[in-house]
Amino acid sequence: MIGAILQTSFRSLRRDRGAFMMSFILPIGFFTIFGFVFGSMRGSSTPRVTVLVVDEDHTGSSRALVTGLLREPSLDAMTHPRATKEDSSPADYTAATAEAAVRSGYAPAALIIPAGFGAHPIAFGPNSGSGAQRPTFEILHDSADPVAAQVVAGMLQKTVMTALPATMATMGSQYFDREVGGLTPQQRKQMDEGLAQLRQQQQQDAQQSAGAQHGQAASSADDQSGMVAVHVRDVVGEKKKSPMISYYAAGVGVMFLMFTASAAGGSLLDESESGALDRVLSARVTMTTLLAGKLIYCALLAFAQLTLMFLWAALVFHLDFFSHIPGFMVMTAITSFAVASFGMLLASVARTRGQLGAFSTLIILTMSALGGSMFPKFIMSDTMIKVGYFTFNSWAIEGYQKIFWRDQPIRSLGPEAAVLITTGVVLFVLARWFARKWEYV
Amino acid sequence: MSADLDKPVGVRPEALPLRVDGVVKRFGAVTAVAGVSFEIQPGGCFGLLGPNGAGKSTLIRSIVGRVRLDAGSVRVFGHPVNSAPARGDLGWVPQELAVYPLLTCRENLQAFGKYQGLRGKPLDDAIAWCLEWAALEDRAGSPVKTLSGGMKRRLNMAAGLIHRPRLVLLDEPTVGVDPQSRNRIFEMVEALRRSGTTIIYTTHYMEEAERLCDWIAIIDHGQIIAQATKETLVAQSFGSRSSVTMHFGATRVDLAAWAAARGGTAQDSVVLCSVEKPAEIADWLDAANREGLEVLDVTLQRPNLESVFLHLTGKELRA
Repeated sequence: MIGAILQTSFRSLRRDRGAFMMSFILPIGFFTIFGFVFGSMRGSSTPRVTVLVVDEDHTGSSRALVTGLLREPSLDAMTHPRATKEDSSPADYTAATAEAAVRSGYAPAALIIPAGFGAHPIAFGPNSGSGAQRPTFEILHDSADPVAAQVVAGMLQKTVMTALPATMATMGSQYFDREVGGLTPQQRKQMDEGLAQLRQQQQQDAQQSAGAQHGQAASSADDQSGMVAVHVRDVVGEKKKSPMISYYAAGVGVMFLMFTASAAGGSLLDESESGALDRVLSARVTMTTLLAGKLIYCALLAFAQLTLMFLWAALVFHLDFFSHIPGFMVMTAITSFAVASFGMLLASVARTRGQLGAFSTLIILTMSALGGSMFPKFIMSDTMIKVGYFTFNSWAIEGYQKIFWRDQPIRSLGPEAAVLITTGVVLFVLARWFARKWEYV
Repeated sequence: MSADLDKPVGVRPEALPLRVDGVVKRFGAVTAVAGVSFEIQPGGCFGLLGPNGAGKSTLIRSIVGRVRLDAGSVRVFGHPVNSAPARGDLGWVPQELAVYPLLTCRENLQAFGKYQGLRGKPLDDAIAWCLEWAALEDRAGSPVKTLSGGMKRRLNMAAGLIHRPRLVLLDEPTVGVDPQSRNRIFEMVEALRRSGTTIIYTTHYMEEAERLCDWIAIIDHGQIIAQATKETLVAQSFGSRSSVTMHFGATRVDLAAWAAARGGTAQDSVVLCSVEKPAEIADWLDAANREGLEVLDVTLQRPNLESVFLHLTGKELRA
């Protein structure tokens, strides 16, 4: 008896592609995505922190430090913007341009190597020798990425130790002289010879890397205890609540928007199965009109859903919603349109409600995982972030962050608007093409 | 009603409610409709009957413009079936309950009225008429899912007539309803016919066709194999003869041979034959008595549509 029940169940499962997909393909797909995001990855897949490096010192020591930062594998350090067709050799960052770049979201952090670093490069604590004179490094930080400043600060301390061997030895020798009473002439001579070799090596390294385009940054709050003193300054969102509020209002909102759009689009399948669709199409309604009507309905529903989500964020999490309403309206309108088109396409491709459910769950959860709706982008690798740009979630989150986090003007939403509107139009055209199956037999 | 039989002389093409001309529809290697042609004259009720798989559903979908034809044409009051005037003149009541289950009766009628281009007072009037015609005034505000099966059927019909079309196609409107609701639907159809609306009616219930339809067309294998008034169809198939069914008790006589010798047929212990006059039954009873056959039961029946259908298609209508 049990055998018959098992046989019936397995046969049904095998013939229900939707259930089969949900049972096996979806979990494996998700495991793979989470594995890529959180698992141990190597090479280019390793998450790296982008940092803009500004050298205000222009000494051998600062150049050696920049070289070390450019070589640091956990950092994607840049001393100047990437070359473009319009500007094949962009100028190095200054403190002002680096800060502007961080504000615009180009990088989560910038590191300013202060003038005077060469003269007083390191100290063994604030109270040791030149500790009082050493200049303070500044990290300009976008706190939307809470990890970046700490990584940059840590890497700065490490690089100072590994990239400036001669400086370290010199300062160590001075510290030894001061604390222990000095070396004998013989010891001093040997020490000076060794230091000369180290300095030569340090300079060669710096020269080899001159003109390289990557650099680095530093830590949280003021840190005077390391080899170099570091001050972290939030240049974005310094007066705001958690950046994750607008991030997840958009991220979670878009994810559920897609489910809503898919379900709303699914009404076409319901109407097809009940015969209502035939009746509607035999009246004075064309397929294009019907699809357009459904699209507008889906978009309005999505708009209302996102508005509610952000109002809730304002009410409960004190998101500054009311001073960003124009930008919110623009982003919400284009996001709703794109997502509604996506729902129409899913519904027109699917043949049954069950198929639609399986399809949409698989695609929406995958897009949400890749696009940043489930976990923040700053923990993703570069590769994953690039893949994420094939999702609505990523573009929508980026746009909302521009409005709510960076306080950028509406015109800054150009790329997001272009991508989402174009995608929406393309998906709707595709949906119309697939919907021909309902027009005639 | 058919072109061949009773077409009034001088009817202008634009006055013909429906003209189906050489319609062919194939699905791959299967020809569902194989060159069907007929016309329907204004007024009255045209019954379209056919066994399952005969091509009836495809023909109906062709008439309402939901099929891309391989050949032929369908015109409603002289207009191509998918033209705006044709859509306005044709009302379709599909076999399925093609209404929105979460909306109320009034909201459904409102929606389908708007799909037909009605707005404002004309729409309100149409809704009021539909609710009255379908006897659903008391349930106008009830969601469809709370209605009985019969009420849903009536609403389904009303939704197809919201724009007051001159030609209405009712596709098995009584499927799955109780006898009381069926009678109510018959009354609705009869009221519609009295108002001058031309009706195309399909059904699997022969008694419905006999009661409601003035004209009958029978479709089989994708072709119209007969079309005429009910009486004409019976006369064409059986002349004036009546059918006789005789049940016999157990016997060693070869009933098949015995019946065949007298122009009848036999299956198991039942013999079927036909007689011109009821008195001829006495000859059969005498013959049976001579052979020592025990007659248990004899039934004399005038041929009806069911008999015609069986005679022409070899199948029961509800098989």
